[in-house]
Amino acid sequence: MIAVDGLSVAYQGVEIVREVSFTVAPGRTYGLVGESGSGKTTLGRALGRTGGDITAGRISVDGTDVLALSPRELRAWRASSLAVVHQEAGAALDPTMRVGAQLAGALRVQGRPRGDVADLLEKVRLPGEAARRYPHQLSGGQRQRVVIAAALAGRPRLLVLDEPTTGLDATVEHEILDLIWALRADIGAAVVLISHDLALVGRLCDDVGVLYAGRLVEEGPAARVLSAPRHPYTKALIDSAPRIGADSVPAAIPGQPPAPGEAPPGCAFAPRCAAADDRCRTVPPGLADGARCHHPGARAVVPVPALPHRRQEVTPLIEVRNLTRAYGRTRVLDDVSLSIGRNEIVGLVGESGSGKTTLARAVAGLGRRGGGVITLDGAELPVEVGRRDPATRRRVSMVFQDSDASLNPSHTVRTILARALGGPERVEELAALAALEPHLLDVRPHRLSGGQKQRVAIARAFAGRPDLIVCDEPVSALDVSVQAGVLRTLADQQALTGVSYLFISHDLAVVCQLADRVAVMSGGRIVEEGPAERILREPRHPYTIGLLRAAGHEPSQRRRHVH
Amino acid sequence: MSAAGVTATRVVTRPRRRFRVALGAGVALIAAWTVVAVCWPVLAPFDPEAQDPLSRFLAPGGAHLLGTDQFGRDVLSRMLAGARPVLQVAPFATALGVLLGTAIGLVAGTLGGIIDEIVMRVLDAVAIFPAIIATVLFVALAGRSVTVMVLVIAGAFTPIVARSVRAATLVEREKAYVEAARLRGGSTIREILPNIGPTVLVEATSRFGDAIFAAATLSFLGLGQPPGSPDWGASVSDNRLWLTNAPWTVLAPALAIASLVIGIALTADSLRGRRERS
Repeated sequence: MIAVDGLSVAYQGVEIVREVSFTVAPGRTYGLVGESGSGKTTLGRALGRTGGDITAGRISVDGTDVLALSPRELRAWRASSLAVVHQEAGAALDPTMRVGAQLAGALRVQGRPRGDVADLLEKVRLPGEAARRYPHQLSGGQRQRVVIAAALAGRPRLLVLDEPTTGLDATVEHEILDLIWALRADIGAAVVLISHDLALVGRLCDDVGVLYAGRLVEEGPAARVLSAPRHPYTKALIDSAPRIGADSVPAAIPGQPPAPGEAPPGCAFAPRCAAADDRCRTVPPGLADGARCHHPGARAVVPVPALPHRRQEVTPLIEVRNLTRAYGRTRVLDDVSLSIGRNEIVGLVGESGSGKTTLARAVAGLGRRGGGVITLDGAELPVEVGRRDPATRRRVSMVFQDSDASLNPSHTVRTILARALGGPERVEELAALAALEPHLLDVRPHRLSGGQKQRVAIARAFAGRPDLIVCDEPVSALDVSVQAGVLRTLADQQALTGVSYLFISHDLAVVCQLADRVAVMSGGRIVEEGPAERILREPRHPYTIGLLRAAGHEPSQRRRHVH
Repeated sequence: MSAAGVTATRVVTRPRRRFRVALGAGVALIAAWTVVAVCWPVLAPFDPEAQDPLSRFLAPGGAHLLGTDQFGRDVLSRMLAGARPVLQVAPFATALGVLLGTAIGLVAGTLGGIIDEIVMRVLDAVAIFPAIIATVLFVALAGRSVTVMVLVIAGAFTPIVARSVRAATLVEREKAYVEAARLRGGSTIREILPNIGPTVLVEATSRFGDAIFAAATLSFLGLGQPPGSPDWGASVSDNRLWLTNAPWTVLAPALAIASLVIGIALTADSLRGRRERS
């Protein structure tokens, strides 16, 4: 039994977590959900006293007052009772040691024999020969299994899983979560699962706590919180996640969460809430009936009805024919053909390593040489962007996945946009197009949030009035509530300008929401292609069906209750 | 307050204060020597070149605060005057070497491919050539002068600077903002340059310290200033025969070199530390 009571945690004098209380019984799973900056990781680390200054509150695990332990006792307690699985599985393993040796080390701490390594590997469904591998020889999913195996070496009373599947492909994520689910009873520990993904938490946890600006704003049984959220933030969070086959578009939550340590006098969510009144802005609401809200059940954001998928005759803009690319002996693209029409959004889905980014970069002119042809309006495009003439170059632009790296850190937003435009005149207009607040023009990228950075990148991509924008996972690194707003901007500008998108994502739900046509890639080939609606309704390739399943969508079911 | 919290605060505040002290001390040392280099005619109690056969090897104290050397010249005055030739050579040699090295490293790193390969191999060849022999050769051809010292030292620094600027450029070149510039046909060098600024700054400060040493070494070897003129390296060289009997004649110029180099090293380290923390 773990009981957290009134816990407050600060970093360098800034209070990140405020008066959080919850309890988790052994064998039960508690989900902590929040967006980036909500304090969820800080809270997770504070549970094992591995970071931050605990300024108030109590943590007790099976009767042990964790905060009262001396450094020596704390060490012993961590060895016997605590297990933590971090987000970056690769970073948690020593790259110079074989997996078996690392697991043996974890076993030795517990006083168990080396021979139990095989047992551990079997428990996490890894082949025994994985023990002889080095971490870099394993896939991301396998590495995460090894970390879970190490966590199971002892008999932890408290297991903290901090975003255990972030950065893994959808199907791998599914496997890892299945594994955790299956091991739950076996572990018998109180499990705290930290995640930004409400749907995932809902599937896996008994109880859920929603964190906003360091406070628990809603708490309750997972099924209740997901089906009947009481706090407007929870409701908005659920609404902002793209779902396959939903009849409304994810609605973005306006504004931004307060900066760490910044606390509005009333409810922290009030500035972003449509239901907020004067009381919300002045009187902090207490936790009543599972929600910290003066108007439980109110809606913060009005949902937007879904756009109908357009089906139209298209004139081809870009044609990719028999494209082949290789890294050394590995074929990354294997005879890929794809066409993108004018005024069309083509979605490209696939897992990491499927070749989708290589295809996108080839179209943009940023890749290596290889076989095949790309034509723009029937004229062949040179492979390298440097060999394309300025007029052609202007017609194809790109939005990159990593908005941190895609903006020059030394320049202000204004300079970045002015350089893309070739002059400072239309900068404000361009910023407005991407819904970027004018006061952000004179700051440097590191001051911007992820969503704002991506808006700058989108504005820049529109600078040359292109015919095609290659969007390489433009929203993958963003929180769901922000993601919805960025997707909305992309959709609006497409409708306004008639530009075409090649929209790449590993997330089928995101792609299907935006795209007219979807191509599914696997192993360097396009395995299925067709109108978005059709792919959702009757996927033909087993790989597509697998992707839909992983996204929590059963194709056959869907067919039954539509029309 | 938890134990973990206490350690965290200590780790955060301590280096910051230490950095500030180091930076202050370093800058003060450099500034002091710069003032001396410019104003020594006012500050020096004696003419540094005036010989006095009657007061040879006077121990420190009295009128001659740091004593006199074999020709009865005032050691303090010679030490103060010696700051000028070093500070005439080192900053310019550093500036020239860093400028050339940055330009070469930036171009080679950005363009890559065969040009990068050729440029870097040529620099390897330059770097591998023994600097001392090159200098002797150069001085024999062009004579002893400040210009020759500046050129020789700058030439030795160029490959070193080029190498680290190239490395920093290669890191930046792969970032998406450079690709975005390529997509619109803009100059990639122009995008990269401000982001390798910190590397150039650190290079410049480290090379500045090396340049002081290099200048002193060249004059120690008799490849610097004309003989007789006050110069730290030359003074150490001239007086080293009397090291046991009149150690002050060697110690004064040696400490002068050391203090200036330490001042520069302190500055360089704190700048580097600041960059790594940000």
